[in-house]
Amino acid sequence: MKSTIFFLSLLFLVSACGGGTESQKSSDGQSQQSIVGDDNHQSDIPASERITLDEKGVGPIQHIELAAIDDEMVNRGMKLFETNCSACHKIDKRFIGPSPKGIMSRRSPEWIMNMILEPQLMVEQDRCAKDLLIEFNGAAMANQNMTEQQARDILEYFRTLN
Amino acid sequence: MKTTTLNIAAVLVGSMLIVSCGNLGDSQRNGALNSSIAEKVYVAPGERDEQYGFLSGGYSGNLTVYGLPTGRMFKEIPVFSQFPTSGYGYSEETKPMLNTSFGFVPWDDLHHPDISQTNGELDGRWIFANGNNTPRIARINLSTFETEEIIEVPNSAGNHSSSFITENTEYVVAGTRFAVPVPQRDMPINEYKGNFKGALTFISVEPEHGHLDIKFQLLMPGFNYDLSHPGRDKSHGWFFFSTYNTEEASTLLEVNASQNDKDFIAAVNWKKIEEFVNNGGGTTVPTKYAHNVYDEATHMATSTIKTEVLTVDPSDVPGAVYLLPTPKSPHGCDVDPTGQYIIGSGKLSADLTVHSFDKMLTAIEQEKFDGEAYGIPILKFEDVMAGQVKSGGLGPLHTEFDGRGNAYTTFFISSEVVKWKLGTWEVVDRQPTFYSVGHLMIPGGNSRKPHGKYLVAMNKITKDRYLPTGPEMEHSAQIYDISGEKMQLLYDFPTHGEPHYAAGCDAELLVENSKKIYRLDENKHPYGINNPSEAKVERNGKDVHVYMSTIRSHFTPDNIEGIKVGDKVYFHITNHEQDFDVPHGFAMIGQGTSEILVMPGQTKTSLWEPKAVGVWPFYCTDFCSALHQEMQGYVRVSPANANVELSWSVGD
Repeated sequence: MKSTIFFLSLLFLVSACGGGTESQKSSDGQSQQSIVGDDNHQSDIPASERITLDEKGVGPIQHIELAAIDDEMVNRGMKLFETNCSACHKIDKRFIGPSPKGIMSRRSPEWIMNMILEPQLMVEQDRCAKDLLIEFNGAAMANQNMTEQQARDILEYFRTLN
Repeated sequence: MKTTTLNIAAVLVGSMLIVSCGNLGDSQRNGALNSSIAEKVYVAPGERDEQYGFLSGGYSGNLTVYGLPTGRMFKEIPVFSQFPTSGYGYSEETKPMLNTSFGFVPWDDLHHPDISQTNGELDGRWIFANGNNTPRIARINLSTFETEEIIEVPNSAGNHSSSFITENTEYVVAGTRFAVPVPQRDMPINEYKGNFKGALTFISVEPEHGHLDIKFQLLMPGFNYDLSHPGRDKSHGWFFFSTYNTEEASTLLEVNASQNDKDFIAAVNWKKIEEFVNNGGGTTVPTKYAHNVYDEATHMATSTIKTEVLTVDPSDVPGAVYLLPTPKSPHGCDVDPTGQYIIGSGKLSADLTVHSFDKMLTAIEQEKFDGEAYGIPILKFEDVMAGQVKSGGLGPLHTEFDGRGNAYTTFFISSEVVKWKLGTWEVVDRQPTFYSVGHLMIPGGNSRKPHGKYLVAMNKITKDRYLPTGPEMEHSAQIYDISGEKMQLLYDFPTHGEPHYAAGCDAELLVENSKKIYRLDENKHPYGINNPSEAKVERNGKDVHVYMSTIRSHFTPDNIEGIKVGDKVYFHITNHEQDFDVPHGFAMIGQGTSEILVMPGQTKTSLWEPKAVGVWPFYCTDFCSALHQEMQGYVRVSPANANVELSWSVGD
């Protein structure tokens, strides 16, 4: 009986959040997690190779408009990447985490920035981020306390890595 | 006989049961009272305490941080003692902090913490503490909770009437407990009288960064200077020191320093002396003392030995120093929030003596002196005394204030805190302590604005208060609610080391400024690396420098070859995390020092001197992620004459 209710409520949550909304807070303040991106039927493909360009992920970034590549931002982004990210992400190979090379053809700009800004929230609530964590041996991405502008600069740098 | 006793006991228990059943109302009331006390110290999981308490650790050499009212210990801040938990005093960066004119002294006896003030109110920037044994004063930053500066105090011994600050943190003051020859020299001990000096040291605090510098040392007669406090508000500009052993005995002080009916409280007009030295007064004398400063940008400390100090003979500055007779070897010397009353606790007396600042000024103006000691005028007891508190207690030690006109004094021998009224000297309340209370602390009690809600009594004897832990017990503290007319005992908690005094403040004064990470882009450590691609190993003769970085959960590099027996290997580790509360640790097998704990964005250095050929592991000591156990590496150590190339890698 208990398990039926649990199953039903789970079902409700999943369907209620299937459209990609964020988590809901229950009355006791506990966050009831739903997983964004669960309707993406590619779960047999490794997360690192999946194309999820329609998913924006979970976090502060709702919409990013990309213009022509800005070299100044690229330079700033490259330096930030080297200092804050390169211990785990290498351009030329898989390392602790995936290579950012070609990421723009797999992930949306919003998803990338949300992953940088809110890595913990993302692995809790975004299907692809969660699967990436499992694919990469449970090595959780560190929150490097980037500002939105810094994350945007890193994104600009990623646009040059094709 | 035995049976009878048992029967009687059974009857007693039986009747007690009946009585308690009949008095259900009473027991319910008791229960409600107990639960209301419990609520006062209960902070629900995830909620935070109202106030910080900084308790000195005494012979632990360190400072402990507690939450009030719960008595939960949050942190031990290493100050004068090596601390393997963080690597303080073991890491290459922090070893210089413990340098002295006697060489590396890895321990001290930390006594009297005092929080910095502006206009007589706590400003929460720094907390100062004294090392009692090898005289030193430390400044701890209250945004990082790290010791940033230690200055040794020359010509001093038993740095006890310290480290109290003036009300704009102009000076932190360090008075000597032992009189000693100044300068130190080879002389017979029994020629003490008239030849030894008691140095009272005024250390200026640079307002922006808090840097310490000895402004002058007042070379007083060879009494023992026990405790001190600054004047505040109306008496700002003066400093008061209690003295004992005005007999100037060098042996069996237990008897010989208790002969005089009265010793003194020395009143020092430091503004007058400051003016005197600013105009070129005083004598510079050769000496030797260490000044150690930790730089937050380089994450490194440097130690400088200074070779001279400016001394002042009180008789050269007329009107700057007076002696106030005070009964029976006064210990505590406390000044009330208005600055009017100076309380001397004659520890061998039952009474407290309260001096009046106004009466003192009048007596000075009228030159009503009762002789002099080594050229320093002695005022008449009855001319300066405002009143005496006839408490009925025994062994008064220390007094704090609630800002509502009440004073609270600890009595060591009778184990109690006595509350009394300033001005009328009447005793309002008394509560037992458990046991043999020394210091007490009311947050802000040493300022113009005490936060008179809680009082913490710090006791010397624990006995039966906690589960026994062998012959040695941690000391106990009790927290009382003092918001009402009567003090209410709320809670007991164990303390670490031996607290001598404490300082406390509202949580909000510190919470906002509490640092969460060190920014990697502000890291100026000469061996720090901003980027794991800069990781490298360099050899310079037998010194090998490893520039290493960490992030969850690997070291870069984690395989090193080309190290030889007899090398000195310096692991300079930069933590590339930029998230709150994610330190990484580092420890190497067989290391003669401690592990180090590296905060996010910080660089720390651990020295290892390999003694034997082999492949030796290192690992992260702080559980950092699900893959913490994987955070490890190897160093290959070859014979001293081997030709193995220096090489390093990660993930190859």
